[in-house]
Amino acid sequence: MVEHTMRAFDSDLQELAKRILDMGQSDLQQIDDAIEALLKRDTVLARRVVESDDLIDTQQRDIEENAIATIARRQPMAVDLREIAGALRISNDLERTGDLAENIAKRVLLLTSEFCIDEVMLQLQRMAQLARVQLEQVLHSYQHRDVAVALEVWRKDREIDALDNSLFRELLTYMMENPRSITFCAHMLFCAKNIERIGDHATNIAETVYYIVEGHPVPEERPKADLTSKERMRETL
Amino acid sequence: MFNLSAETLQLTDRQISSDISLPKSALAREHEPFFAKLSIRNLNFFYGKSQALKNITLTLYDKKATAVIGPSGCGKSTLLRVLNRMYDLYPGQRAAGEVLLDNENILSPTIDVNVLRARIGMVFQRPTPFPMSIYENIAFGIRLYERLPRSELDGRVELALRSAALWDEVKETLKASGESLSGGQQQRLCIARTLAVKPEVILFDEPCSALDPISTAKIEALIDQLKAQYTIAIVTHNMQQAARVSDFSAFLYLGELIEFDKTTKLFTAPHDRRTQDYITGRFG
Repeated sequence: MVEHTMRAFDSDLQELAKRILDMGQSDLQQIDDAIEALLKRDTVLARRVVESDDLIDTQQRDIEENAIATIARRQPMAVDLREIAGALRISNDLERTGDLAENIAKRVLLLTSEFCIDEVMLQLQRMAQLARVQLEQVLHSYQHRDVAVALEVWRKDREIDALDNSLFRELLTYMMENPRSITFCAHMLFCAKNIERIGDHATNIAETVYYIVEGHPVPEERPKADLTSKERMRETL
Repeated sequence: MFNLSAETLQLTDRQISSDISLPKSALAREHEPFFAKLSIRNLNFFYGKSQALKNITLTLYDKKATAVIGPSGCGKSTLLRVLNRMYDLYPGQRAAGEVLLDNENILSPTIDVNVLRARIGMVFQRPTPFPMSIYENIAFGIRLYERLPRSELDGRVELALRSAALWDEVKETLKASGESLSGGQQQRLCIARTLAVKPEVILFDEPCSALDPISTAKIEALIDQLKAQYTIAIVTHNMQQAARVSDFSAFLYLGELIEFDKTTKLFTAPHDRRTQDYITGRFG
């Protein structure tokens, strides 16, 4: 894109984008650490994840302040306006993503018994891996304003939803078969939901990237395969 | 079905019940019917040999404000000058094409230019009060077109000043010179003068460029009110002003109309690259 006559405006926008990407990196690290802590039942690492969430909150506040100051200073229009509104939205999604990773870490601290089902952990790990790749990809699409990659992420979210659905049924079966598994499985239900929500936030970000570049929302209906809502749960039970 | 232990319930995730999704059609455009008040068709304009407007086709909708934006020399002011035949005053300037005011071509030589200028009023960049009293500034124009008894004339002057949001500030000093008013008041006096002859269309040529922010806000608020009754075109260099006061916007560049759209669309997601470069301050 051609530079602004007012060069400082370009550096304002670059700075904002850089902060978003930094925040995204913090999220990726938090997700990795939270999942590792969960798989290894590593409470020290889990505690570190919980503590590190403050950093992400601070990053979000900085981005917000920066974006608002830029609006006040430059009165942005068109793509610049979408760029800044997009940064605000994305930082919000990234902050929530950080919270979700933190939630998983908090679960680790609550898992006091040794009880474990390896298949469940494997499935969770697979879901987390998928969600992580989604987040990584969507950050890439943001960095390069690549709509094709954003749309790919947007469509792929149904895979995480599908995994979440199958894990949900699996966990219910375990719980019905063996009451001793209930505590563990209930925690894992929440962990799975957290991961599924991380995927949803990546999808939100994909929509924002699309909007920044194209100037209108994604024209298609959002793909949704998450069936673990309350209504569905009633049906299943 | 089964019992969840207290330990499990210790931590409830706040996002479990929340389902956030972006509004689907934040930018969806409603389709209202608009009535074309002034239709400009294939308009070309020449200052002697140099062509200032190239094949402009543009519609000003009734009771809507249309902003005309573009860099200096793009033809914005020229366009307004064509719309009330100001160029007639200068030999060597000529327009070709059609400008239909309620389906009547105002470029036709048979049109009465004086009547036209009452129907299409104009407010200029610098306030231009006549060197006479506030009252006479308004009454002068009315007398050109109508013979009214004094009491009725008083009523018309008051109505015009009220419509221009100036009455309360000048009602005690109607005999004072129009030039004694502040810049912002003078500009509103000029708007009142335009309104006094009951126009249908009002053209504003950078009406706030000589005013401070408070006077500017007053003029903008006024334009916002006038929109309910009149068709408005406003030329402005201030992009934020265009975004604030207009319903439609036209971007002119080098005498050509590059883009015309609803203001909300043009300032958030313009179609043409040149429009985007201009409104985001990327023009070299």
